[in-house]
Amino acid sequence: MSFGPLDLNTVWFVLVGVLFTGYVILDGFDLGVGVLHLFAARRDEERRVFLNAIGPVWDGNEVWLVTGGGALFAAFPAVYATVFSGFYLAFMALLCALIFRAVAIEFRSKRPSPRWRAFWDAGFALGSAGSALLIGVAMGNIAWGIPLDVRGEFAGSFPGLLHPYALAMGVTTMALFAMHGAIYLVLKTEGEVQAAVRRWVNPLIIAFILCYVIVTLATLLYVPHVTEAFLREPGFFVIVVAVVLAIANIPREVSRGRDFHAFLSSCAAMAGLMAIFGLGAYPNLVFSNPHPEHSLTAFNAASSPRTLAIMLTIALIGVPAVLAYTVSIYWIFRGKVKLDRASY
Amino acid sequence: MDVLTLSRLQFALTAAFHYLYPPLSIGLGLLLVVVESLWLRTRNPLYHQMARFWTRVFALTFAVGVATGIVMEFEFGTNWAAYSRYVGDVFGSALAAEGIFAFFLESGFLAVLLFGWDRVGPRLHFVAACMVAFGAHFSAVWIVVANSWMQTPAGFRVVGEGLRARAEITDFWAMVLNPSSMDRLAHTLTGAWQAGAWLMVSVGAWYLLRRRHRDFALASVKVGLALAAVAALLSLATGHESARGVARNQPAKLAAFEGRYATRAGAPMALAGWVDEKAGRMAWSVEIPGLLSWLATGDTHGTVAGLDEVPAADRPPVNASFQLFHLMVGAGGVMIGLAAWAAAALWRGRLEQSRLLLWLLTFSVLGPQIANQAGWWAAEMGRQPWIVYGLLRTSQGLSAVVTASQVVASMVMFSLVYLLLFGVFVFLLNDKIQHGPDAADLQPAGKWALGFRGAGKEDRR
Repeated sequence: MSFGPLDLNTVWFVLVGVLFTGYVILDGFDLGVGVLHLFAARRDEERRVFLNAIGPVWDGNEVWLVTGGGALFAAFPAVYATVFSGFYLAFMALLCALIFRAVAIEFRSKRPSPRWRAFWDAGFALGSAGSALLIGVAMGNIAWGIPLDVRGEFAGSFPGLLHPYALAMGVTTMALFAMHGAIYLVLKTEGEVQAAVRRWVNPLIIAFILCYVIVTLATLLYVPHVTEAFLREPGFFVIVVAVVLAIANIPREVSRGRDFHAFLSSCAAMAGLMAIFGLGAYPNLVFSNPHPEHSLTAFNAASSPRTLAIMLTIALIGVPAVLAYTVSIYWIFRGKVKLDRASY
Repeated sequence: MDVLTLSRLQFALTAAFHYLYPPLSIGLGLLLVVVESLWLRTRNPLYHQMARFWTRVFALTFAVGVATGIVMEFEFGTNWAAYSRYVGDVFGSALAAEGIFAFFLESGFLAVLLFGWDRVGPRLHFVAACMVAFGAHFSAVWIVVANSWMQTPAGFRVVGEGLRARAEITDFWAMVLNPSSMDRLAHTLTGAWQAGAWLMVSVGAWYLLRRRHRDFALASVKVGLALAAVAALLSLATGHESARGVARNQPAKLAAFEGRYATRAGAPMALAGWVDEKAGRMAWSVEIPGLLSWLATGDTHGTVAGLDEVPAADRPPVNASFQLFHLMVGAGGVMIGLAAWAAAALWRGRLEQSRLLLWLLTFSVLGPQIANQAGWWAAEMGRQPWIVYGLLRTSQGLSAVVTASQVVASMVMFSLVYLLLFGVFVFLLNDKIQHGPDAADLQPAGKWALGFRGAGKEDRR
């Protein structure tokens, strides 16, 4: 099968990227709400509003990660195997954080006891913040490169994954998700709660931009291989400019009270950031550092063309349906959060 | 302990704990469809109350199922990297299909099911219930297909040599419809229906014992028992089909299930027993002559292969497989008996008088859980020493870079977290049951009071 200039492997590189982009945009605001949970919401009712703002959608949002993992397993098994066994402890910590995030939402409001609620509030916040941080650290390592041996196995150690660049990426991701979550909350809340959240938006935008500038400078200085694609194809800089404009647009829309536009801008910025990440990485899925010749790419780590074609058929049937009912669910639950009997 | 034992133990622990929940979601999901359709048809507010109550229980089981399920999606990569490289082409496709086709459907419409009471009308809510149940069943389809491929691989070829060897799909539908997948799917689903159905019966019976919420309790027992009885009988039928398939496709596994070392005609079936693995025979057993031959081949004099035909290195753990398999069969038999007894008592209108029966029904929720767990363990243990039957040994599937201490660390973490989750789950489930159905739900409000287009017009007049 061929798609003009795109081959099947590249199509799957893009599709896996689309799934993970869907994940960071959608679960990104859930995790961001979690990061802000202990700070921006103090009273019990405020915290319930926070939880119910993401209540109907967080579960479906997490499915993007699960499906992305499945797609990675199917399309690029060697990457799935190397990354998850190589990042073993980091990944176990991420799973633990995601478990706490998930059950805390469900359990928290089931009992009136303040101690019970405080425990699960902490579980929700730490689970969310930990997930955001670890996702960023993982992305930082993918960009920086990890040591691979000749068989494509991870040849480093767990402490080796926690280098300054990866940690900086982790903090940046947390700031990005917190900003995104705050904007989502502004959209979903009203009255005092909204006024309180609104005050967080601009500081978080500034925090993210500071982090982002630092990471970008570090990338230009220390991770030159991801900038090659942009030097080769200056047209890609359009995306960089678009991301900058999208982020700059957020405070403008917030100050005009057009919260939905602000949220869309934030989503667009995240999609652009993921696109930049993907363009910088391509064709590598796992860059080997040192020994770039051991890198796992969309070509040497892929499943057979037949499987990629079968999977593409599955995706072409499945993804439109998924988008249709995801949009329907967001439409059904549009508008401001109202606490009722079925709420968390 | 070595990495192999530890990784197997960790996978067993996380899969077994996870598998407490999806069967409940599948069974309760189906029951919610039944209850909501009864409400739509009869407009009896009791069914509305039931839908509300059981949705809350469903939400709890679903949440823990999702939280523990995400571990399963990634554990192949973390602990079984060599296996993942070998099977990704085949197994990964089924897993990805599960995500795209089932999980999105399930989680999307779950939102409407749980939080949509005041936002959508009864019909759309019913559609949401159907979609959630459909999604839950569909996820069972893909995961059982994937697991069955490990039991009876088909539709693939092996390319590459040595460490680079891996399986590639040659025929997608032959992979999906591999020799055991449909039998095992049917058996898994009937087991899951029982898990949900007996939970409903259980809670109803407990209220009857306590003389609380009588109407709600009776309706729950009736609806639950109807599905439980059908599913219990179907479990027997599908289990039989599945066992015949094992006899055909995995003779060593069947021989281990039955503790048979010698190949013989007219093989008996043990009702209970103990295998002496060192001596290579049954230490003791209670047997029915010819039954195994009849079940496996349809002829009491048919020949059933024994473990003697399999090299010692290719045999599964025999006694453990035997005990787990018989525990499953025994629990399944008990549930059929209990279903028959309860149905007879209900028919004669004497259910509420028999406190013994009500007590048994109260604990009936444990039966399918024991059978499902034992059956799953037996299926996986009987596959040993292969991770993909006849192709790849479990010891060859490990992650090369993961050390024993790392697995110990993650296993300690999972054990603690899962203990906490289980404690909280049981505590909250008990809390919901003690709290009981809401009396307010007998007067449906909002869109639910208006109900249907026709009725709505009358109300407005």
